[in-house]
Amino acid sequence: MTNHHHSEISLHVNGMAHRLDVDNRTTLLDALREDIGHTGPKKGCDHGQCGACTVLLDGRRIVSCLTLAVAAEGADVTTVEGLTGDGELLPLQRAFIRFDGFQCGYCTSGQLCSAIGMLAEHAAGWPSAVTTDVTPDGPAPVLDAAEVRERMSGNLCRCGAYPSIVRAVLETEAGR
Amino acid sequence: MKEFAYQRATDVRDALAACSGGARYLAGGTNLVDLMKEGAEAPTRLIDVRRLPLDGISEAADGGLVIGAMTTNSDLAAHLEVRRRYPALSQAVLAGASGQLRNMATVGGNLLQRTRCAYFATQKCNKRVPGSGCPAIAGVHHNHAILGWTPSCVATHASDMAVAMAAFDAVVRYETLNGPGEIPLAEFYLPVGDTPHLETALPPGGLITAVILPERAASPRSRYRKVRERASYAFATVSIAAGLDLEGSVRIALGGVASRPWRCRTAEAFLVDHPGCFRAAAEAELSAAEPLSGNGYKVPLARNLIEIVLKELQP
Amino acid sequence: MKAVGVAQPRIEGPAKVTGAARYAADIPIEGLAFGAVVLATVSRGRIREIDVGAVCDLPGVLGVIHHRNAPRLNPKAGGFFGPDGQLQLLQDEVIPFAGRPVALVVAETFEQAQAAAHALPVTYDEEPHDTGFTADHPAGRPASTIFDGPVDVADVEAELAASSVVVEERYRTPEEHHSAMEPHSATAWWDGERLEAIDSNQGPFVIAATLATLFSLSLEKVRIRTEHVGGGFGSKGLCGPQLILAAMGAQRFGRPVRVTLTRTQVFLTTAMRPATDQRIRIGADADGRLRAIWHESAFEISPLVEYIEGCTELTKTLYAARAIRTRLTAVPLDILPPYSMRGPGAAPGSFALESAMDELAERLGIDPLELRLRNEPATGPVSGLPFSSRNLVECLREGARRFGWGTRDHRPRLRREGSVLVGTGLAATSFSAGAFPSSATITAEADATFTVAIGATDLGTGARTALTAIAADALEVATERIRLRISDSDLGPAWSAGGSRGTTSWAWAITEAAEKLRGQEWRGTVTIDTTQSLGGLADRERHAYSAVFAEVTADPATGEVRVRRLLGMFAVGRVVNPLLARSQVIGGMIGGLSMALHEEGMRDPVTGRHVNADFAGYHIAAHADVPDIEADFVPGHEPGIPGGMKGAGEIGNVGTAAAIVNAVWHATGVRQRSLPIRLDRVLE
Repeated sequence: MTNHHHSEISLHVNGMAHRLDVDNRTTLLDALREDIGHTGPKKGCDHGQCGACTVLLDGRRIVSCLTLAVAAEGADVTTVEGLTGDGELLPLQRAFIRFDGFQCGYCTSGQLCSAIGMLAEHAAGWPSAVTTDVTPDGPAPVLDAAEVRERMSGNLCRCGAYPSIVRAVLETEAGR
Repeated sequence: MKEFAYQRATDVRDALAACSGGARYLAGGTNLVDLMKEGAEAPTRLIDVRRLPLDGISEAADGGLVIGAMTTNSDLAAHLEVRRRYPALSQAVLAGASGQLRNMATVGGNLLQRTRCAYFATQKCNKRVPGSGCPAIAGVHHNHAILGWTPSCVATHASDMAVAMAAFDAVVRYETLNGPGEIPLAEFYLPVGDTPHLETALPPGGLITAVILPERAASPRSRYRKVRERASYAFATVSIAAGLDLEGSVRIALGGVASRPWRCRTAEAFLVDHPGCFRAAAEAELSAAEPLSGNGYKVPLARNLIEIVLKELQP
Repeated sequence: MKAVGVAQPRIEGPAKVTGAARYAADIPIEGLAFGAVVLATVSRGRIREIDVGAVCDLPGVLGVIHHRNAPRLNPKAGGFFGPDGQLQLLQDEVIPFAGRPVALVVAETFEQAQAAAHALPVTYDEEPHDTGFTADHPAGRPASTIFDGPVDVADVEAELAASSVVVEERYRTPEEHHSAMEPHSATAWWDGERLEAIDSNQGPFVIAATLATLFSLSLEKVRIRTEHVGGGFGSKGLCGPQLILAAMGAQRFGRPVRVTLTRTQVFLTTAMRPATDQRIRIGADADGRLRAIWHESAFEISPLVEYIEGCTELTKTLYAARAIRTRLTAVPLDILPPYSMRGPGAAPGSFALESAMDELAERLGIDPLELRLRNEPATGPVSGLPFSSRNLVECLREGARRFGWGTRDHRPRLRREGSVLVGTGLAATSFSAGAFPSSATITAEADATFTVAIGATDLGTGARTALTAIAADALEVATERIRLRISDSDLGPAWSAGGSRGTTSWAWAITEAAEKLRGQEWRGTVTIDTTQSLGGLADRERHAYSAVFAEVTADPATGEVRVRRLLGMFAVGRVVNPLLARSQVIGGMIGGLSMALHEEGMRDPVTGRHVNADFAGYHIAAHADVPDIEADFVPGHEPGIPGGMKGAGEIGNVGTAAAIVNAVWHATGVRQRSLPIRLDRVLE
């Protein structure tokens, strides 16, 4: 079928290659959920205003609701389903369970993917909006609760699991 | 969202050639895709320029920095030389959106983002349908402009990044089919006038390729402060980028107060004659403010911010 | 080996951290079609024309359902407040509020359905609307008296006249939105004569009963399942538009239809907490003993369906006062019908009452903590009934001790740290407790496990984990031997997750069923219904209690207010699972923080339309707004209720806003009598 409103794309999702024929309008979120069947990423707002759809795209956290699937052609995507790899829960996932870092769970996959992306960003030395001194000659920002809160603010949670999420992230980081 | 064709540009030339009629460039998509879902943007074709080799930050001939248009907001904020020479720019970018959105959004796209005026996103207004009126003036305008607006439009520009760039005399570099060009950021955003739908001086079909930060504007002592209705992940009510450049000049720009980043030339000039008179300088700048019934608080807020941040920057 | 009282992580934890937990919009269905809803854009009027022809040839479009071709619905359908006009979707051309669904477009894919819904031309004959809420609106009339009816105890005017100090102030709260992270979604299909649906809601049985009435089906012909629900906070207590429209779509197109509301549609067409405008007069003697409380509250409603925002409920029970008068006024407007939102009535009501108490303490020169302790009632101040259990004093005293309240200088605006002013505040509060009838079935299985079936739902409350523990103790086995089945209307009548009565109602049924199974020597199957035993519950003042303490900073130069510390002591009877209960009350406190600082639905003064119907415009607290929060429970056991429990779902939310507002006064010296505490209200 030749239809210039559709495109053939390939996506590598959680280590698996997928070839899809997508409507150009399809977001990466909808492609993951409806075409590939990974419903872990959630549609909380569909406008980049809540973070529930966060996935890792080529290793960086992004909101999949504002990413067109066609524009992600060839990318490596990691969803919450792909975090475990060999089936063993990550320390961060275990900490979320232990500290009760969720209630309804709808924002959880986004919080987890975001936290993993965030920790990598911090490890790379990126400052945040609450880093007192962003100049590179200052001390590297220490990941305290205020840093985690600011860096995770793109992930809303209405149940109010924020303090437990922050604790889970900090404990995981401390245990590394 | 209406159906559209999609094509990935292979190089800048290819992109420029493809961008005609109802086509739009797609980079990070954080604003364009958002608005397409609401119907506020309805391109018939998207030219994906995200993977063009226009990313990265390099030294300019004069010693300033050349920031590739496809550099992500995250990479801009994390860049060592940006943080060293223009820390307020790094802070401004970090104050915007969320970690996820900053990883997607590009420098070029950030400059071209549309207003977050709720009326623009959800219904007719002069920006969408010229002549249809500005519902915000008689409506909810709690977070609308106090400077430079006209009865045609009272929307603000939402970028934090552009506020810092305005303070640093950034220059926008672009390509067209007729060749390259440059526009100082101060002239990049058009006055509102009675044509609020015409937002920038970028020629039709033009593609932003870079933003240049001049060496003379480097301000290791600079700061971005953003006040908003929640502690993070919200657009500015009022923000300020201010710095002391290497020549000792004070640079000030405000965000959240106008249809473009508001460079405070009046306050800057006042301070040349009256060094240290921050509050008076702020008041001189804001004497031009014309708040509406619901956003008058922005005048004292902007005044206070100018005073507070300049005091902090004092050697 | 008791399971109740032990801090246990959620049973579904592994499923929720791996993405395996499925919510309503996640469940794959063969042959699915997507429905997109079109909402009215005028606040009052009539549909002139819907030009279906303009979209029916768009790619993938199966058709459009609107008022001219929709199935007729039974107008008697309703809920707690009687027949509900909000359920009568696509029945006529009348537009009672902006956001009313006017059409459902069904297409093969989500993108096609959305595109066609956006493209569908709908024209209206607009009529003058009124969305401007004020307490003295001429349309105001006494609210329904199903609960929180007016009371007059003694002579309020005389007691006020005799008081040494009188506080008389008005407090206002705006429209607030539940904002559960999961947008309402339903997938419906017809299995022969039977209507099946997977729907995000707070009680599948109640929803199924409503849906059956709406479509004139017998209850056996409707089955609603939920599994995981992404939060509700009251907004999923009703038979939602997503479900009604999905059922219509499935009927018309003969295939499964999924309707998921967009975030904006959740704001515009599900539910909200109404704006309130409250006037409080409190009179006291010089020693702080209350002579009179006069609490009048007005709130907005829609003519489509009755509703009560019971702001004065806790005024009738919290403090001893010689005279008490309460009045509720409902103001019908052309707005989205309001409905219970976490801490209904009590959240805005306690903001007003506990702000007024703080103002009284200030004028009396008495410690706000002491003022509350001095007015502790011996029996219900209005009802005269004994309290089933009342431990507000313990909450206040223990909270004060942990917070360090004792060293507080009660004068305002004395503490400055750099650019910010610092202050502390407290609030006391209560929320009614109890249980509603439910049924449960327990089957002793051959493998020595027990299947416990009850029409409960877990919105994130921890119900799955709590009920498993309750069942294990009742059946005297380890939790591994309990197979809990919930979230299915076929499991029999059950109360919804709401009114802080989910867990108590369900636990009661499970406990009673287990008792009966014990009588059968743990063999066979039993089904019980608690309607009768609930009737035997003694008439008491029955409430959960809390004391909330807050420390805030306020920057007068920018108006920024931040909550630096938040501590809550709670009395919720016996705590089933301390880990999960703590999460729940902390979540409630964050809701209260969000109410205090951020949340405000705004309407265009010209069109009456909601202008900030998304998460960029309607702010809920984000990570950065929320400090570490301390919450704990005072020991308790609620008499009369199996397990000694009281609900914990709403009490966390109530009181927090007032504690923060009082702390902001302590910091700045300025009273904030309108929520939220926006920048412009603090800026100097």
